[in-house]
Amino acid sequence: MMPALTPDWWRESSVRRLNGVSLLMLVLALLALPLADFEVYRSEPWAELGRMGWGLLTPAWEDPSELLWGLVHTLAFAVLAIALSAPLGLLLALVFHWRPVRLVCAALRSVHELFWGLIFMQLYGLSPLTGILAIAVPFTGVFAKVFAEIFLQQSRQPATTLAPGVNALKRAAYTLIPQSWPALRSYTRYRFECALRSSAVLGFIGLPTLGFHLETALKQGQYSAAGALLWAFLLLIASLRYWLRGWLLVPGVVAAVWALPDTVGFGTGGSLWRFVTEDIWPRALLAGDWPGVGRWLAWLWQEQIWPGTVQTLALTQVAVAATGLMVLLCYPWASRSLMGPWLRWPGRFLLLVLRCIPELMLAFVFLLLLGPSGLPVVLALALHNGGLIAFLVANASDAEHPRQGARPGEPRGLLRYAYVETPRRYPAMLALLFYRWEVILRESAILGLLGVATLGFYIDSAFEEIRYDRAFLLIVVTAFLNILVDGASRRLRGSMVR
Amino acid sequence: MTLLRGLLAGLWLLAGGWAVSLPTEAQADSFVFTAIPDQDESRLQARFGKVADYLSARLGVEVHYVPVKSYAAAITAFRNNQVQLAWFGGLSGVQARRLVPGSEALAQGYEDQFFKTYFIAHHSTGIEPADKLPASVKGKTFTFGSKGSTSGRLMPEFYLRQRFDAAPDEIFSRVGFSGDHTRTIAQVQTGAYQLGAVNYAVWDAQLAAGKIDTDKVRVIWTTPTYPDYQWTIRGDVDQQFGAGFSQQVRQALLAMEDPQLLASFPRQSFVPAGNQDYAPIEDTARSIGLLDE
Repeated sequence: MMPALTPDWWRESSVRRLNGVSLLMLVLALLALPLADFEVYRSEPWAELGRMGWGLLTPAWEDPSELLWGLVHTLAFAVLAIALSAPLGLLLALVFHWRPVRLVCAALRSVHELFWGLIFMQLYGLSPLTGILAIAVPFTGVFAKVFAEIFLQQSRQPATTLAPGVNALKRAAYTLIPQSWPALRSYTRYRFECALRSSAVLGFIGLPTLGFHLETALKQGQYSAAGALLWAFLLLIASLRYWLRGWLLVPGVVAAVWALPDTVGFGTGGSLWRFVTEDIWPRALLAGDWPGVGRWLAWLWQEQIWPGTVQTLALTQVAVAATGLMVLLCYPWASRSLMGPWLRWPGRFLLLVLRCIPELMLAFVFLLLLGPSGLPVVLALALHNGGLIAFLVANASDAEHPRQGARPGEPRGLLRYAYVETPRRYPAMLALLFYRWEVILRESAILGLLGVATLGFYIDSAFEEIRYDRAFLLIVVTAFLNILVDGASRRLRGSMVR
Repeated sequence: MTLLRGLLAGLWLLAGGWAVSLPTEAQADSFVFTAIPDQDESRLQARFGKVADYLSARLGVEVHYVPVKSYAAAITAFRNNQVQLAWFGGLSGVQARRLVPGSEALAQGYEDQFFKTYFIAHHSTGIEPADKLPASVKGKTFTFGSKGSTSGRLMPEFYLRQRFDAAPDEIFSRVGFSGDHTRTIAQVQTGAYQLGAVNYAVWDAQLAAGKIDTDKVRVIWTTPTYPDYQWTIRGDVDQQFGAGFSQQVRQALLAMEDPQLLASFPRQSFVPAGNQDYAPIEDTARSIGLLDE
């Protein structure tokens, strides 16, 4: 051994681990590049992009009450979904050490809200229940995971002051939950913003939220209408910090229930049984034709599952690396310690815009610019998720920054960025990136419309072709991938903090 | 304990809210329809609300309109009896009628008797209009409309396979699904995709509205005609709303003359149609593997 070359402080160094993990992610992304189906096609996008830009600058909406109701419904779905999923997630978080719970939660998380929406639509039609469950089900999985991680970070000491015979629920209620209350609260607030985004996006499949009108406006090239919707949504998200208060929960839930859209002409609930027993199984299986099942499986594997999986993983990996770079580039512009109290506002505004614009819309812009390939998908994912993480990183930086200016002699500008802020933020940033790894995997699946054959592309096709058996198996495969990625990210994060 | 109390209150309220908001058969005797027009999907509720009023007056029952976003959603709603009448595309009508035995095509638009698809190309491809789809389209990038569209997917794919005896992704270097005819035009006009297939009525309307730059994008080939959009009704409406109800609906649709109502679809009038009119569509869908045997 050569102790001189690898001293203990170096072998145990967290810096070395962080570097190793970052390098691994980068190398994987480079390896994924050739698989990721990148290509640039020359196009003449400027007239169309000009119309889009002009629309953003000249928002207009014919019927204000329609816009208002879109906003109200977006809020109502989000409020109810959070009111349902946060307590459920909290309960699950208490038993998260139990492996089956972890797996179920990972499975719930792994299906994109849009696909949950499509599934619940089979059962409940276009009813409020579809919208609420489509958000609440995956969010329960997310809450369980994040809350469980928050619990892990708490000190064990208060629990030891309780009598040994006290059961786990009481232990949690009297020590664990009060200890972690601020973290739980702040995460729930953040999640509410995510729920608003999900709620808006559910409009894309027909629920009467902002996305319903946004999808129409984008499709038809009515960019002023799209502009009005985007600005409305932006204002909603930007104003959250001024009106989102804990005491609003109860009146909010009441108001949300009242504001739910009507269900028009709903049929029987009999579709649930049919869906579970018939629709999602291949016909050969229902007929007991085993060779037929084999052929069905073989075909699906060869034509959709395998190529879709490779494509999805490759795009995800590249997008994750690109998101990381994006965060490093973006967060300084929005942080107080690097830009000062006033100059950070343009940066914060940019990050707000990036995280509010749906990925689908970003992808559409890049499609016009670069032509159809994996490239617009990766750019859209990197900008959107990068904007989101950079916002959280900048917030964390601001939270630690003393408001009365820096100590004398502290480095400023680029030096401060490179030697103070980034090293301090980097572990948290990587952790956030690993969270988003999963999200990006899910989202890369829904950007299949660009002619990039991800798993989501095939799932979407299966729903369009009313082939729920295919959709179901593909969703199961996606869920499985997600569980794998989740496991990998747990392990990597574990190795970072060890 | 504010936490637990808050949680309990939230759950309790939710449970209460649920009981109120859970779908019941309260509206079981109102007649509901849905429609996805092939162009201009804005203000659906306002426009089709008028159609609902018209049908309500003619039929003597309460009529509601539900807006949906996709053919798949329309089919699902139809199958689950959430809607009893739907304005479907050719393919979605066939799919819906397969899932709901006894359902029937009532009427089609006048234009739908001889619908067609335009293949359009960006000027940079240099492809000239021709009577036969030029072989030079091979290896280009190509976009369909929505995956479940008759004019944007089914028929163009059928003619592509017929012409080249190959699947679209073997013919073209890349195949996308724009999701909508207007977007297909926008994407080919910018050259994001070099070629596309588009509903002729949407193209003609956009051209007339001056939204298409013919220096950038033009029609290079037109498919033969085929039947497209139609009204389809569930087979069990006569039991639900009284004998002869579906015939009344057909009469009401055929008698629709108000140009303002017809403009929502947009069609000049409705003419009678039956399931057998869509046999060619069904065969086509089966031949390209969109429907199972």
